[in-house]
Amino acid sequence: MTITRRRTVELPEHPDFLWAHKAPKKSYDAIIIGGGGHGLATAYYLAKLHGMTNIAVLEKGWLAGGNMARNTTIIRSNYLWDESEGIYEHSLKLWEGLQEDVGYEMFFSQRGVMTLAHSVSDVRTKMRNYYANGVADIDSEWLTPQEVKKIAPIVNISEDIRYPVMGATYQPRGGIAKHDWVAWGYAKAAGDMGVDIIQNCEVTGIKVQDGRVVGVETNQGDVLANKVALVGAGHSSVLAEMAGFKIPVQSRPLQALVSELLEQVLDTVIMSGMVHVYVSQAHKGELVMGAGTDAYNSYAQRGGFHVIEHQLSAAVELFPIFERAHLLRTWGGIVDTTPDASPIIGLTPVDNLYLNCGWGTGGFKGTPGSGWVMAHTIATGEPHELNKGYTLERFTTGHLIDEHGAAGVAH
Amino acid sequence: MLHIPCPWCGPRDETEFHYGHEAGVAYPEERELISDEQWGKYVFFRANPKGWHAERWVHSAGCRRWFNVWRNTITHEFGPTYKPFEPQPKKPA
Repeated sequence: MTITRRRTVELPEHPDFLWAHKAPKKSYDAIIIGGGGHGLATAYYLAKLHGMTNIAVLEKGWLAGGNMARNTTIIRSNYLWDESEGIYEHSLKLWEGLQEDVGYEMFFSQRGVMTLAHSVSDVRTKMRNYYANGVADIDSEWLTPQEVKKIAPIVNISEDIRYPVMGATYQPRGGIAKHDWVAWGYAKAAGDMGVDIIQNCEVTGIKVQDGRVVGVETNQGDVLANKVALVGAGHSSVLAEMAGFKIPVQSRPLQALVSELLEQVLDTVIMSGMVHVYVSQAHKGELVMGAGTDAYNSYAQRGGFHVIEHQLSAAVELFPIFERAHLLRTWGGIVDTTPDASPIIGLTPVDNLYLNCGWGTGGFKGTPGSGWVMAHTIATGEPHELNKGYTLERFTTGHLIDEHGAAGVAH
Repeated sequence: MLHIPCPWCGPRDETEFHYGHEAGVAYPEERELISDEQWGKYVFFRANPKGWHAERWVHSAGCRRWFNVWRNTITHEFGPTYKPFEPQPKKPA
């Protein structure tokens, strides 16, 4: 018997880090709590457009490891109300020039987003949306089932299924991007301009003096700041509580999944709010699908498998070709849902403390626009025209931005 | 899937239930006198703790009755249940 001795192989060099790994300084002009997409975009636009570079992004885990790493990357702007069309369309326009602006590849692909309608009332709702988008100069088309089939031949448009396809809205400029590359691009560009990106730095308290924020307590020590922004997604309620106020947010699990790698069969994004499924096919070939939210409040980043089963049964009926595909991986994130399915972006009861949360199940598409208006709000102390409707006060005044129709579960 | 302890039927699958959010939110008294802010709080604001949460469920596909229960939102572990109008047990440690 011979024994082969394994040769020691020299490990390759670690690639260059995209941003510097730093410990927090004693104080900053502004601190952004939350190193997800929205927090990083906020830092980038603060540095680039408002000249604020003495700032830090504090992330309790690793960079963009929360919802930014867990979403289905759908980008579109075909919402119903003026406020939503304003911010989501601004976001989409930023997406269209983002790779050049940031100087980083993000695999942004405008492959179109189709939203199916399955009942008479569903058709009416989608039609209303389609006309509203027309008035707002947002690209939107109405498709008959035959036109749906033309764009996506794998869709089952027969009339004898439980929820037949009765039409669809289509936004050709919509699409997908590679979520982690988006985060890395923003982080690298912000870091290059002097922003401190600090990981494993959990905020444990928010210091308020005479109604004004003065800094934060973290597991890496206290850090002072003139301004603080809460961009904590699913943990926003926990952060608001630290600062002494309440927000109308419920944190719930939202699950998504991918199949094994398959031949390309779908070159657009298809969503259906009614049967709770949305799907696109990644560049590598895996089918990326999202489910509905689990019913209950949770911070656990996981949900029940029956939600996945429910979604897959709908997917198989709509796309019979998926029947033999294997599920590779499922995961969950914590989404911060609001009563009107619209975010809260603006001022808080504490001076110099700003809030950006409540993006619920659809925050990825808003990443550039959200960061852009948040940077303006932090730098000037006032909301921008595009986010001035997204106040916390609207839950007292009743000026809600009800996007349950356009957002639904597949936001 | 959660295994939910219905106080009337015992532990059953989550798919038999519907969720009712925070327990013990009372309909405001003197409704004609309260401010917009108080109405807003009642209509839109609910507890969202990271940890133990007192919440309502209804056993829709079983006894069809409502009940309250402590549940941990980090571990999904269930604590004590209590029926409507019963006093709330202490928050589990």
